[in-house]
Amino acid sequence: MKRKSMATSLDDFSRREIASLERRLFMQRGLSLGALTMLSGCDVTNQENVQKVLWAMSRWNDRVQGWIFDPDQLAPEFPESRITQPFPFNAFYSMSEAPVVDPTSYKLEVTGLVRDRKSWTLPELYELPQVSQVTRHICVEGWSAIGKWSGVRFSEFLQRIGADTTAKYVGFKCADDYYTSIDMPTALHPQTVLTFRFRDRILPREYGFPMKLRIPTKLGFKNPKHIVALFVTNDYPGGYWEDQGYNWYSGS
Amino acid sequence: MSNQWNYVRVHPLIVRITHWISAFSIFIMVFSGWRIYNADPFLGFRFPDAWTLGGWLAGALQWHFAAMWLLALSGLVYVGYGIVSGHLWRKLMPLTPAAVLRDFRDALRGKLSHADLTVYNAAQRAAYLAVIILLVVLILSGLVLWKPVQFQGLGMLMGDYEGARYVHFFAMAGVVFFVVVHVVMVLLVPRTFPSMLTGRVRTRAS
Repeated sequence: MKRKSMATSLDDFSRREIASLERRLFMQRGLSLGALTMLSGCDVTNQENVQKVLWAMSRWNDRVQGWIFDPDQLAPEFPESRITQPFPFNAFYSMSEAPVVDPTSYKLEVTGLVRDRKSWTLPELYELPQVSQVTRHICVEGWSAIGKWSGVRFSEFLQRIGADTTAKYVGFKCADDYYTSIDMPTALHPQTVLTFRFRDRILPREYGFPMKLRIPTKLGFKNPKHIVALFVTNDYPGGYWEDQGYNWYSGS
Repeated sequence: MSNQWNYVRVHPLIVRITHWISAFSIFIMVFSGWRIYNADPFLGFRFPDAWTLGGWLAGALQWHFAAMWLLALSGLVYVGYGIVSGHLWRKLMPLTPAAVLRDFRDALRGKLSHADLTVYNAAQRAAYLAVIILLVVLILSGLVLWKPVQFQGLGMLMGDYEGARYVHFFAMAGVVFFVVVHVVMVLLVPRTFPSMLTGRVRTRAS
């Protein structure tokens, strides 16, 4: 009897140990040595609470950024002489792994809260009225680069598909399995452009062929490339980096 | 001579509270900021990862953008109180370059007197004023980095987005330098430390 209870408690003990070890390993990603030193007085539970507070603050910052966002404030535009050369390639994979999209069979799928759910071929998209911009792309890492993109104003495209512009989000799925989503006010901003060209040439594969949503009022990772599907929704769609802890709104 | 002690209140409660909240948030801002800098070390060096907070870029950004509220709010309360009550003016003025130079020279020679902790010498006044200005510059350049499009007017004062990165970095370096000197001074004159907790300094009654 005594032995049994001792075995049970040992068993409990090692289970707790394993659970706590797993938690600690999980926490190592979010909390470096510095934070652990600072929080050495707290137990693991409190560190999970720290993570919860940080996520809650990030959601709060989403809201604040929505309030700060001025739909009439334009991102600065630059002369073409200021374009960064070479424009940096950036993705969660190397340049050689960028997706290869066949332009002849390509169709942009449109779903969600829209009137017209028909898919769009590239020739159809190229026929839409085109605008150009020379703007600064700012990466969440800190660097920035100026580029020139051309395509159809996204607000114009949303109007053509009969999107419910009172919905909260537009979500994107990409050929490289990347995904992201933006708020509707940003989607309707005049400089938010569904672009097919970079420096007046068809968007090369490394910059997002066949299309990149260019949003100069958001950080680079909020500008999806290789888009194959978009949808209008009221359900928060998240994003590839956003779900890992990067701030969702990430507005400039 | 009497054995009586007099207690003089030098730091009002609101100053003590905002001092420690600011200190805590500056600690978070600096160490998470170093991690963010490391994601694109534009000055050609990296901070050792062990000296940084957040574990990776996203974690560091979460810390940075959470603690910024603490720093901005406690800074706002401190400066607002300091101006309205006259505390800032009383403690930091008058301040002349000649007096700062004189006290700074004395301090380096170890001749600066700290007998009366109720009054700041000119070197202290200059340092405290400088760190307040540096923190204001940090917050303003931070706003430009966070929202370069929405605050582009402010950004133009510091060379746009790329200029603001340098302003933000060097203002941080200034604050870190202040903190190091500040802590060394507290270690050299340890009697100053409890006063930032209790608000009082002890002077011998005469």
